Amino acid sequence: MAGSVNLTITPPRWLLAELTYSCPLQCPYCANPIDFASIKNELGTEDWLRVLTEARAMGAVQLGFSGGEPLTRQDLPVLVKHARELGYFSNLITSGYGMTEAKIVELKEAGLDHIQVSIQSPEKTLNDELAGTESFEHKKEVARLVKKHGYPMVLCVVVHRKNIHQIREILEMATELGADYLEVANTQYYGWAHLNRDQLLPTKEQFEEAEAIAQAYKEKVKGKMKIYYVIPDFYEDRPKACMNGWGTTFLTIAPDGTALPCHSARELPGLVCPNVKDMSIYDIWHHSEAFNHFRGDEWMKEPCRSCPEKTKDFGGCHCQAYLLTGDMHNTDPACSLSPDRERVYEAIFKARNDSESGNVKPLVFRNPKNSKMLA
Amino acid sequence: MKIQHESVNMALDPTKILNFSPALRLQWEETQKKHVILYPEGIVELNVPSTEILKLCDGEHNAEQILVELEAKFNQTGLKNDIYGFLEVAIENGWIS
Ligand code: SF4
Ligand code: SF4
Repeated sequence: MAGSVNLTITPPRWLLAELTYSCPLQCPYCANPIDFASIKNELGTEDWLRVLTEARAMGAVQLGFSGGEPLTRQDLPVLVKHARELGYFSNLITSGYGMTEAKIVELKEAGLDHIQVSIQSPEKTLNDELAGTESFEHKKEVARLVKKHGYPMVLCVVVHRKNIHQIREILEMATELGADYLEVANTQYYGWAHLNRDQLLPTKEQFEEAEAIAQAYKEKVKGKMKIYYVIPDFYEDRPKACMNGWGTTFLTIAPDGTALPCHSARELPGLVCPNVKDMSIYDIWHHSEAFNHFRGDEWMKEPCRSCPEKTKDFGGCHCQAYLLTGDMHNTDPACSLSPDRERVYEAIFKARNDSESGNVKPLVFRNPKNSKMLA
Repeated sequence: MKIQHESVNMALDPTKILNFSPALRLQWEETQKKHVILYPEGIVELNVPSTEILKLCDGEHNAEQILVELEAKFNQTGLKNDIYGFLEVAIENGWIS
């Protein structure tokens, strides 16, 4: 017997509130769905307040306000205040664009716990190019202001082939800005990043070199700055335990109120995700088809079904299985036991070809125009 | 082993007043019936003794005083290694300073 995956439903612990899909930036690795521009009907303030209350009552305690760019929502301070009163530990995940010192102070007074600022590259030209907007100096200024006003400062840099050679400068920039936490996140290939994969996926050598530099730096700054290094799984033998197990810990609410077991789950055809306008958070978590779909191991095919490691990684990421094989029930090809492992080699091969060809494909930027064209 | 122990011991000055980090939060979670530490991107669940120790890192107590107070409270002696050991871990993790 291969053991079985526990079926008891645990309460959600992390709530990700994607307040809006609108964003002044255009990062080509954005995890938002390709068709974001056609998703209308943003939830109103009352609905968000209710979502926060209901999820907190069930046990959610870590809260992320993200998007898009959450600062574009005028009711952000109201939501932050409510979150604090409920006892959440809340994090604003922002590009920094549109942030002012007055806003930083206002949010602090409302009870925001920390701010995560993302920077695209430690070099102005590349940062502005990737963001599709001139934003570099402002982002650095925001990072300093976040520090100045006593928030723990979390800096996030998404890493891919266009900036992976700057890993040393990324680490030094974090130190210079006084970051308390640095998230070096290798791009995960969903949403827009999947679309731009040939242009973004680093080679194995690049990845290994960057990882070695980051690990050494981690030792060096131990006790001063905490580094979270998110690995890409294309060069691993085993997939990530996606979301710590489907429907066990994470709950994402999209801008229109769709409840997602993982922020990419919208991409999965055949998975009908419930909406907070129709169902309570309790019913969504316990009774909806989408949240129960990948709980336990009944859904598994071989080789996962009889694999002793299924209690560790739950078969990997279903969105990746879908994007690479066309069936979300397949073993994630990031696993070397997957019969579709070829798909990963193909992706690596195509990306290498793109980087070595004299005529590199242009990046497709995440903006409403491209979204409408591609959807 | 021994070396590691000595070097860790140096991190704790038993006469220094200890403070819980203002950037983190220590709170009771009703659904879990436990105290937790909340920090950016993370949750640490605490047992009862750890909670009691951290609550005394309040800007008024040093390690010696925490020891005296908790030995009295639990009516027990010989807690020094456990308490100092936990305080060292807490310092290393940046929960207190
Ligand atoms: S990844 Fe970039 S484009 Fe996407 S929401 Fe974040 S800042 Fe905006
Ligand atoms: S086959 Fe691979 S993905 Fe599936 S459970 Fe085993 S190790 Fe995990």
